[in-house]
Amino acid sequence: MVDWFSDNRGLVAALMIFSLVVLFMWALFVGWRDTVLTSKNQVFGDPQRTSGGWYWTICGASTLMLVWFYFSWGIGRAYMPSAANDMCQVAKLDEALSPIKAALPGGARYYKSTLLVARNTAQLNSIQKELLSSAFSQAEQKLLNELIEKIRSLMVISSNPKNLSVETIEKIDKLVLKLDAVSAELLSGTQGLTPTAIALAQPKWGTTHVEIPIAPITPLGILFDKGSVLASKAASLFQTIKNHAPASKVVIEELKSDITVLKNANEIGEFNGGIKAQRVAYVKSLERIFRRLDDGTIFPANSLEGINAAIARLDGAREIAQGNFQLMQALFFPGPGVVKSRTQCSEQGSARWLPKPTDVIATFLKLANPDINSGGGYKGVPLLWWEWKPIAGFVGFFVPNWIADFWPGDYARHRVDGSIELNLKDKILQFATGKIHLGSVPALHGHLWDSVFRVLVAMILGVVLGVPLGLFMGVSRFFKSFFDPLIEIYRPVPPLAWAPLILTIFGITDDGKVFLLFMVAFAIMVISARTGASGTQLSKIRASHSLGASDRQIMWNVIFPNALPEILTGIRIAIGVCWGTLVAAEILAGTTGVGFIENIARTVSDYELIWVTILIMGILGLLFDVFMRLLIKRTIPWRGQG
Amino acid sequence: MTDLVCEDLSMTFVNPSTGFEVEALKDINFTLKKGELLTVLGPSGCGKTTLLNMIAGFLRPTSGKASLGGRMIDAPGVERGMVFQQGALFEWLTVSKNVDFGLRMKKADPEKIKKLVEKWLDIVGLQGFGDTPTYQLSGGMQQRVALARCLVNDPSVILMDEPLGALDALTREKMQSLILTLWKETGKTILFITHSVEEALLLGERLFVMAPRPGRIYKEYHLPFAERGLSESLRDIKQDVVFTEVREEILTMIWDMEEEIMGRG
Ligand SMILES: Nc1ncnc2c1ncn2[C@@H]1O[C@H](COP(=O)(O)OP(=O)(O)OP(=O)(O)O)[C@@H](O)[C@H]1O
Ligand SMILES: [Mg+2]
Repeated sequence: MVDWFSDNRGLVAALMIFSLVVLFMWALFVGWRDTVLTSKNQVFGDPQRTSGGWYWTICGASTLMLVWFYFSWGIGRAYMPSAANDMCQVAKLDEALSPIKAALPGGARYYKSTLLVARNTAQLNSIQKELLSSAFSQAEQKLLNELIEKIRSLMVISSNPKNLSVETIEKIDKLVLKLDAVSAELLSGTQGLTPTAIALAQPKWGTTHVEIPIAPITPLGILFDKGSVLASKAASLFQTIKNHAPASKVVIEELKSDITVLKNANEIGEFNGGIKAQRVAYVKSLERIFRRLDDGTIFPANSLEGINAAIARLDGAREIAQGNFQLMQALFFPGPGVVKSRTQCSEQGSARWLPKPTDVIATFLKLANPDINSGGGYKGVPLLWWEWKPIAGFVGFFVPNWIADFWPGDYARHRVDGSIELNLKDKILQFATGKIHLGSVPALHGHLWDSVFRVLVAMILGVVLGVPLGLFMGVSRFFKSFFDPLIEIYRPVPPLAWAPLILTIFGITDDGKVFLLFMVAFAIMVISARTGASGTQLSKIRASHSLGASDRQIMWNVIFPNALPEILTGIRIAIGVCWGTLVAAEILAGTTGVGFIENIARTVSDYELIWVTILIMGILGLLFDVFMRLLIKRTIPWRGQG
Repeated sequence: MTDLVCEDLSMTFVNPSTGFEVEALKDINFTLKKGELLTVLGPSGCGKTTLLNMIAGFLRPTSGKASLGGRMIDAPGVERGMVFQQGALFEWLTVSKNVDFGLRMKKADPEKIKKLVEKWLDIVGLQGFGDTPTYQLSGGMQQRVALARCLVNDPSVILMDEPLGALDALTREKMQSLILTLWKETGKTILFITHSVEEALLLGERLFVMAPRPGRIYKEYHLPFAERGLSESLRDIKQDVVFTEVREEILTMIWDMEEEIMGRG
């Protein structure tokens, strides 16, 4: 099926774009009509103005989808399936030329030589200012000043074109010729260029997880590929061009011996600790600057003009050779485009971190496939599936083992003949430790279920323990004051700040995460139940007293229902916060869960998978919230009407 | 006899932070015989609600005591039913669940509960509204539910704190007739607080005009209009010469009190 989609990309994309546009227009029309109809009845600021409006939702969603499709190169990929390959070839040329361009104004604003002169001069100035009279003798200071001047003179020699060696001049001329050869190649046109069978057999862009096929598959691509081969040869030549001016040889020798003299003086001389360190450091920094000037990387500016001009010509040729392709690229491949690094071409910028819708679906389908053996799921665990789980496991988890210890009698002992007969106490122990087979039940499992399960268990515990405590805190001075410190001391700490501590104590098992989430849910539930309980109208409480209700009856029949809106809102908030905390906790530690998948995906930069996990979490969080909103609407219709 | 007796009832509120004292009530003495209908009038802040709260058992007096049928009042009880200004209904329950709240708390027999609820919904004119959520009722209907909820418990004294204050004139008049009818038919003792002089005159067999600072009973009237209201139209009674005379007298009295407060304050 994936192949079919791949072969019919154009059709699929056209259908998708068409239906999205139709949806958008239709929603726009319905929305416009509805607005015209209702605007008269609802003045500006009327809360009714924000109710309903599903058509705007469709409008917004389809816009979002279209923008996503466009920016993730969906359109470009559907209609120009070989464009990325061409872009890769252009990127090859750019990569090959990058070392040359980096040294020229064409690519980097300044000549590299200009920057070096500026930097070394600035450093020499500051080093000269720092020359310490306390650390060096009068004679040494003189020597040092001379030395600095000599280093300066090195730069003067390198910057003067008269001092260039014949060899260097020849090499520069040769490089210009080579660069012009690249331009000529690019301008020679694409006639007669045909891709090789090997190149055509490469996996297509986007069908597999191989990024962009690297060998050229179109005439244009071949042209640029050939250009890039020539260009990288030029770049190798460029690396070998050095400006070792004959005039500087003498100065360099002098400097070398001067520095050696200074170093020796530092070694032999008896200085107290601080002074010696200062001397050594000073000489070292001078030597560092000298070494930089010694390697012949500073050229006279005008000697490189030829190369600069050749690069400009080459850029022009590159533009001409690309022709219309450049416009297409700008229109349908927004963002920084394709970059080649070492052995592969990859999409960059928005093209890289905005995944293609098709890839997201494919990744999701792979993740959702429950068949582990055929590559489904993630790290050997499906996303969401069911399996037969032995009941004994649950029993072993929930029934404490000490039940057996409390049973009267002793555990069995082996007899003289070596046989062991188990008594009732032993059987109870086996039961409590989950060793007795009790049959199996179907149970859900998988990454998604693990995450949901953790939130659910924590929420149930939080509600069951938090709501009663909150209600009592809402009605009793003792409960309120006694438990206030407990809640208030841990609640203000962001849950994630607790995570390292709790995960350290509990390890990476479920317990730690459930406990962390329980802490979150508990505090929220206590506070909301408490607010709800203490907000009960005094007259209602008094009325129920007059009607003969006992304290417990009032608690259950008046205070609890009165606090119900707050409690349900609390649950809604708590689920949201728990969900957020859980994912972070799973990222910190864990072996299953949606957050775990995302974390592993992060370490291998699997953008599509990261996006799939983000979408799963978003959708699930949304479902929780919608469910709670419906529940609130159904269970407390009196809300806001009392 | 189950008479309601107040002896030297006093209540002083102390502001815990400023220590400022308010004598909300001082030396209140009266006896309300079984079956009497007492209305209480007075300028705002003269201690009417405080008095009612003490009789209901929600507040403990600083000195003196209130007793019902010889038993001292020191806690809320079923024998003293209360109707609040805003109904104080349980909005999460339906009308009938509100009405039978007291009976359910007593764990009365469900059959009996059902019958009683039907009877009382009938009496207050809400038949067929049993399953309606209370938040869907109008103000007047809510007040009738509150009345039924109180009466179904069969209290010997009914305490009402401005129960009709938030209703429109027409509904109010209907409710006044209803209260009079119920009073006559059930023979309950009723203590009725109101802001409206006309209402106090129409309903009160006895009428206290209270004065503020300290809160005390300023003047007591014995009036014939409540008896007459059972047979005559309330609007006719309002035209009565004696009625208008007393009304003007009380209005002047309260007006003077208010002026005095303003002058002092
Ligand atoms: N809980 C309280 N704490 C302090 N002072 C109070 C409290 N309740 C009432 N008071 C004071 O007691 C006085 C009487 O109050 P009360 O509510 O009984 O007046 P009222 O006659 O019912 O007034 P209104 O007609 O406005 O309802 C007022 O001055 C009030 O400020
Ligand atoms: Mg009051």
